[in-house]
Amino acid sequence: MVDTLTPVLTANWSAERSWTLESYEQHGGYRALKKALTMAPDDIITAVKDSGLRGRGGAGFPTGMKWSFIPQDNPKPKYLVVNADESEPGTCKDTPLMMASPHTLVEGVIISSFAIRANKAFIYVRGEILHVIRRVQNAVEEAYAAGHLGKDIHGSGFDLDIVVHAGAGAYICGEETALLEGLEGRRGQPRLRPPFPAVAGLYASPTVINNVESIASVPSIIDHGAEWFASMGTEKSKGYGIFSLSGHVTRPGQYEAPLGITLRQLLDLAGGMRQGPDGQPRQLKFWTPGGSSTPLLTAEHLDVPLDFESMGEVGTMLGTRALQLFDETTCVVRATLRWTEFYKHESCGKCTPCREGTWWLAQTLAALERGEGSESDLDLLLDQCDNILGRSFCALGDGATSPISSSIQFFRDEYLAHLTHGGCPFDPAASTAWAGKATAGARA
Amino acid sequence: MALDEKTYGELREIAGRYPEARSGLLPMLHLVQSAEGRVTPEGIQACAEILEITPAEVSGVATFYTMYKRRPVGDYHVGVCTNTLCAVMGGDEIFSRLKEHLDVGNDETSEDGKITLEHIECNAACDYAPVVMVNWEFMDNQTPESAVALVDDLRAGKEVTSTRGPRLCTWREAERVLAGFPDGRVHEGPAAGAPSLVGLGIATERGWTAPEGSDAGRGTDLTGAPADVAAASDASQEAEAAAVEEEAPTATTAAEKKEAQ
Repeated sequence: MVDTLTPVLTANWSAERSWTLESYEQHGGYRALKKALTMAPDDIITAVKDSGLRGRGGAGFPTGMKWSFIPQDNPKPKYLVVNADESEPGTCKDTPLMMASPHTLVEGVIISSFAIRANKAFIYVRGEILHVIRRVQNAVEEAYAAGHLGKDIHGSGFDLDIVVHAGAGAYICGEETALLEGLEGRRGQPRLRPPFPAVAGLYASPTVINNVESIASVPSIIDHGAEWFASMGTEKSKGYGIFSLSGHVTRPGQYEAPLGITLRQLLDLAGGMRQGPDGQPRQLKFWTPGGSSTPLLTAEHLDVPLDFESMGEVGTMLGTRALQLFDETTCVVRATLRWTEFYKHESCGKCTPCREGTWWLAQTLAALERGEGSESDLDLLLDQCDNILGRSFCALGDGATSPISSSIQFFRDEYLAHLTHGGCPFDPAASTAWAGKATAGARA
Repeated sequence: MALDEKTYGELREIAGRYPEARSGLLPMLHLVQSAEGRVTPEGIQACAEILEITPAEVSGVATFYTMYKRRPVGDYHVGVCTNTLCAVMGGDEIFSRLKEHLDVGNDETSEDGKITLEHIECNAACDYAPVVMVNWEFMDNQTPESAVALVDDLRAGKEVTSTRGPRLCTWREAERVLAGFPDGRVHEGPAAGAPSLVGLGIATERGWTAPEGSDAGRGTDLTGAPADVAAASDASQEAEAAAVEEEAPTATTAAEKKEAQ
């Protein structure tokens, strides 16, 4: 029986100066690298395949399979690109990982590059997390000094250079082909596929693009074995993952657990929903399982396992395990409008359904929130969603429809209440972190 | 005003980090902002010359990304997250209080040139909501009162430290780090804030860990896994791979699989 929480990636975060090479190595860091360098690259790919590791950036594509798509007979250089552009609303796992233990990522990059035979790797970190960038830059520097990077790493004959690349503010660059455009010094607009990055990615060369947490999981798989990893989680969603709880919960934060844990279990550990002014815990009203692009769920889904399959069965996605929890003080129309404004702002403008559609969605929703419009506007919204979902160039447009269609599904009456009430019936002050408390300047 | 020789040299140095020089454009524009206080026509010209592309191509990039500013930015860029979760938790109230207190609108700079206020999108710190960023450093768990005190301290020239990071530098100094020139502040601040450690703390308290791996007998991997799991895993491997292929969630993956065949 596997324990409820299984700290692996988070295990060293409370260690003294955990971000340094010295601390990381004291906790077993770079042991997996030494072992990997004695293995055949294909055996590393096999181990990652056998572990069942699926992409931790949201889509859940099997990581080892992605690696095996790299055509090794292609004479062009191969590249590994780490997607550290963590921007999906609610998602906050890669950022603390890179802040507390950037060497876990760097070690993962070296092993993964060795496996796919890349001699150059890039870590594309969003520009808005300055201290995280410092820590990653420093980890790369320390790894060079220790001989973990550079020429002929530990006498293996393998060369690797890592470039830490800071983005400049664009949610769309979390989409892997838009990220490549950004990394090539262009506007971050997605590319048409095929060709896929595995064949023609960065500089039209074979490229693997993986999320931070996926790559950071690789050293543990090499160190402890594929079966060890697969002994956690469910049959098809194997291993551990970081679950990020935020919002109206007593103890928000990072909880590392096997995939398949339920929100009820996590909420229990997190002390339940926050207390109301009467001292009673408030009710969970709605939540996102994996960021705002994953359709909303409600309290009736508390016992659905948080794995790829079970989330799919209830009409949503596991996504990035960004569990944003909202209690009954929150207006779902306000929440949905704000997400919609986000997608509108971040739409890259390349394709018509998303560029135009997100503006129409925001406009229709804004009117509803003000209590203007009519019930038929809900059908109009759903029709607009229908014209965007599956018709936009990349997943951004699809994601924009998720909060709208799911909130109408579960909270149609609340939309209508805005019409009968002539505006929002909720008091925004009641949903704040300081509601019911005397607000002292709490800045540390 | 033309860029100085040192800046030109550093711009070339950035371009030289990449197999293809144009990849340096994003960090180069960060350096331009550091040197010039914004993306200036001269900075665009310099990038274009070094990369042998047109100024229009550089401008096209500079106008796409939200961190690039065409108007001067104050010493401190104060970003208030007003994406849904932070907004609901109080980000909206913080933002409106700061607008009023500083007498500025969104993306405007206070009269003394110290503070540029902007509402920002999710900054990946949702477990510390409501979040304010100063020069892209975390100021976690803010209230309207703490945010007002924060900008007052910044305007008064007091030293302010990130709640989860180092002493704050200026916006232009921060842009230099983003361009890939470290400032020596990496070891300031903690490894993690309390919410980042909450799950780890509970696990430690209850003695919960990941299963024993081959850790103990280093190098003899696979021995640590329970036999039944290993066997089950062997048996179902092929079926599982097939199932995963069939059930892959996105169009991308479906197409990637076709490509693989």
